[in-house]
Amino acid sequence: MSEAFSTGDIVAASCRGHPVEGIYITDRDGMAVLKLGSGYNIGVDPATCTLVRKNGGTAVPTPVAVEQDESLPGFAIISTGGTIASKIDYRTGAVTSQFTADDILRAIPGLSSIGRYRAEVLATILSENMTPAIWQDLARSIHAAVRGGARGVIVTHGTDTMAYSASAVSYMLETPVPVVFVGSQRSADRPSSDNIMNAMCAAAAAGSDLGEVAVAMHATTNDDYCALHRGTRVRKMHTSRRDAFQSHDMAPIGRVDFPSLAVTLSDDAVRRGASALALRDRLEERCGLLAFYPGMAAEIVRAYEGYRGLVIAGTGLGHVSTGCIGAVRDLIDAGTTVVMTSQCLHGRVCDRVYDTGRDLLAAGVVEGEDMLPEAALTKLMWVLGNESDPEEVRRLMATDLKGEIRRRSEHGL
Amino acid sequence: MDYKALGLKAGIEIHQQLDTAEKLFCRCPTALRKTEEHTGEFFRYLHATVSEMGEIDRAAAEEMMDLRQFHYLTYDTTCLVENDEEPPAPMNQEALGIALTIARTFAMHPVEQVHTMRKLVIDGSNTSGFQRTALVAMGGVLPNGGVIETICLEEEAAQRVEGSTFSLDRLGIPLVEITTAPCMFTPEDVQGTAEYIGMVLRSTGKVKRGLGTIRQDINVSIREGARVEIKGVQELDLIAEVVRREAQRQMNLLAIRDELLARHAAVGQETHDVTALFAGTKSSILKKAKAILAVVLHGYAGMVGREIQPGRRLGSEISDYVKKCGLGGIFHTDELPAYGVTADEVESLRRHLGVADEDAVILIAGDRKKTECGAKQVRHRARLALEGVPEETRKMLEEGSTAYMRPLPGAARMYPETDVFPVAITGTLWDAVGVPELLSDLAARFETDYGLDAALAHQVAYSESLPLFRAAVDAGIRPNLAARTVLATLKELGRDGVAVERLAPAEILAVLQAVEDETVAKEAVPEILTGIAAGTPVADAIGAHAGGMSDTDLAALVQTIVADRIEFVREKGMRALGPLMGLVMEEARGKVDGKKVSEALRQEISRVI
Repeated sequence: MSEAFSTGDIVAASCRGHPVEGIYITDRDGMAVLKLGSGYNIGVDPATCTLVRKNGGTAVPTPVAVEQDESLPGFAIISTGGTIASKIDYRTGAVTSQFTADDILRAIPGLSSIGRYRAEVLATILSENMTPAIWQDLARSIHAAVRGGARGVIVTHGTDTMAYSASAVSYMLETPVPVVFVGSQRSADRPSSDNIMNAMCAAAAAGSDLGEVAVAMHATTNDDYCALHRGTRVRKMHTSRRDAFQSHDMAPIGRVDFPSLAVTLSDDAVRRGASALALRDRLEERCGLLAFYPGMAAEIVRAYEGYRGLVIAGTGLGHVSTGCIGAVRDLIDAGTTVVMTSQCLHGRVCDRVYDTGRDLLAAGVVEGEDMLPEAALTKLMWVLGNESDPEEVRRLMATDLKGEIRRRSEHGL
Repeated sequence: MDYKALGLKAGIEIHQQLDTAEKLFCRCPTALRKTEEHTGEFFRYLHATVSEMGEIDRAAAEEMMDLRQFHYLTYDTTCLVENDEEPPAPMNQEALGIALTIARTFAMHPVEQVHTMRKLVIDGSNTSGFQRTALVAMGGVLPNGGVIETICLEEEAAQRVEGSTFSLDRLGIPLVEITTAPCMFTPEDVQGTAEYIGMVLRSTGKVKRGLGTIRQDINVSIREGARVEIKGVQELDLIAEVVRREAQRQMNLLAIRDELLARHAAVGQETHDVTALFAGTKSSILKKAKAILAVVLHGYAGMVGREIQPGRRLGSEISDYVKKCGLGGIFHTDELPAYGVTADEVESLRRHLGVADEDAVILIAGDRKKTECGAKQVRHRARLALEGVPEETRKMLEEGSTAYMRPLPGAARMYPETDVFPVAITGTLWDAVGVPELLSDLAARFETDYGLDAALAHQVAYSESLPLFRAAVDAGIRPNLAARTVLATLKELGRDGVAVERLAPAEILAVLQAVEDETVAKEAVPEILTGIAAGTPVADAIGAHAGGMSDTDLAALVQTIVADRIEFVREKGMRALGPLMGLVMEEARGKVDGKKVSEALRQEISRVI
């Protein structure tokens, strides 16, 4: 039986009566997966497999040491996992995050001509497994790297929740140097992966005149340039396209051309050295984000009882149904700060136009201005982590801290 | 040429596009488009990646020597999967079914669980940098005793428009790759086998037809030679010639090797910068080059310029390798003075390098980085000449000679496509797969069942119009009329500029039915079809030619014509039939069946004589 085999063993088997021989890879769905001499994998009945010879212990090639040019500026790469740092497990077929930051340098040799790097693996997770506790660790690691002299910090991250992490770090950290989040939409094992261009553009941005938290990702479907998005104004807008990341209600704060790696910053971008390094890493984790939908039961709102904060992504200008307003009022009366944002994503909340909005205001809801729901959530976590006076919390939530609120809405989307 | 004595061995890979509704891994139609219909374009770079076994494939590594930007044209019939911006859909079951039908026809063994693999191809023809391919069945037999090793289901690559621009309409169309063992020993064997496999594929009725829908890769070696894979031979008639020319190339390369070894030839280790020597040159290529490098090949004089295939020399082979560095080619002393390089310049080059008469010098001109890469390639290929025939992937040139493309890829270029789940071929599924009637059998049956002559039967069976012919016969149309219409009439009309592609099968059938019902004469078919193709409704087109001449009218016409020429008829007797036929047809064409006219005439003549 195939349990006796280990990966790399040479195995003979029968494929509906036709003899085959191949390298045993794994057992999957009750079938033995063999790699034939042609490179093709096939699944065969494990009962027909017999051992030809044990795996001779083929030497795994030793990774080449990454050479660093000491004359180049020093950067920190902090790896959290995600597609950009992922590797296929060919046995299970799943994509997992198991690259170290050194592996990234090895996989993207072009990085070594931009700077020298100190690499740190903070986590090796897919981004849906990210937690506020890891955001805090991340902010501390970035803080330590900058204090240690890093000219810029690159954070490799899964794209699905990268916007949350970038906004969370924006609030927790005052940074005089660029902190650039980067990911990839197509896995590193394919020749067409966007990881090389994104990573090189992120490194160029990390060496630029920027002085805030940004996300560097493909701006178009071409391999032509990366946009630099403000950490609190960016959202993943497509499940799979490489230009999924877009700034909302403001233009990107910069761009990095490829392959020239020329960096251009907008007038809006905070410049290098504009802030003094500081870390305020407290977060209130008992905060939620709720998308209202037609017919939503008030019980769902009530489920957030005991939470210190709740962001609602309401309809249009910022509404929930009349039937939910009582539950919202009860939450607020019990001490929960409720912030209203819009599931429109573009545009500003205004609860003074329709009756339900006025009722929400009367109940004590905070208008979330033009904040993205996820940036409002991380902000609420940070504000509640650092401030206990309810009025001060309301004031801070309505105040622009890290570019998450724009005082005026410019034309267009 | 005694190919058996030469130790010729050949195998073929046949790539045939399948005629499915949707592509292999997305839901786009399998429609080919005109490039001017494209709705968008984008560009990308590709980078070689390490395989699951931790190696970079040598063919992929070579493609990476020059970082190239690839452009792609998109259409309203292509989607994000072709753009490499969305994970693939599950494998198209219709395509798998056709592959299994073909497998069954060759008596192959299907694999129990099909795994989709990624085959690295980074020449730009796949936006992802790999081609998805899956082994479906193994171990088939050919009537001549040959062996089919495997049948794979693959996605078609994007078609090159020009340079590094590709069109995405073709990318992802399902195709089967049928690989034979190296079981052929003469050029004619190879061609015959390709013809047979092609016939079997067409027998399914589910493969695409037309130029470019079937391509053959041919693997050839001779004793002491090496396996060479020649890609993309589209014309069946050229296959034997390609094999002959490859055998000739390998023989000549072996002869060059023997000569070089006898001369104790060696490749110079040094690369010489000779840019300054050509400061005042009249050669336009050398004049604009930023750097000119020279490599000395000791003992190679006369060999670099020796022809190894019609129009191809060892120098051409070296030049192909140098092109990988993004250069146009090389100059070598076997061909100089030429191309604006003077005899004096050659002499001073030889003097400067201190080379002897039996040495050859290769010049590489261009920008510095590319020429350094080029010099390395020159030494590499020149060294291979000392070993004989390198293993290579080659592309076919016009007439059947070939040029180097890249090294033969290894298994290292294949790794699992983890975004597509394996597909089980269950016993129930396999048992349900039917075997189509082979076109060769069909042709024989048309002869016996329908009384078609052998040539016509063969023509119909192998024609793209076979489904139309079958529909017509099933509808009760006489096989001869159906065959002549779908083969000859439509072809002739097309040649005369009639838009026959606008004719729907149902319209053609309606016209043939009208002939069978004797509503119109069969002579009227071309005119009626011409009318329909021009936009006349079918009923109107038929109506315009219907009921043209009753039996009574025909009899009257025949009587008049015979009576007018009664002397002639009495003199010639039945031999008057031919000349009079023409006269009657002038009046009756398109209104009465010619057979009927002939019969009426015969009766009238025999009545009067």
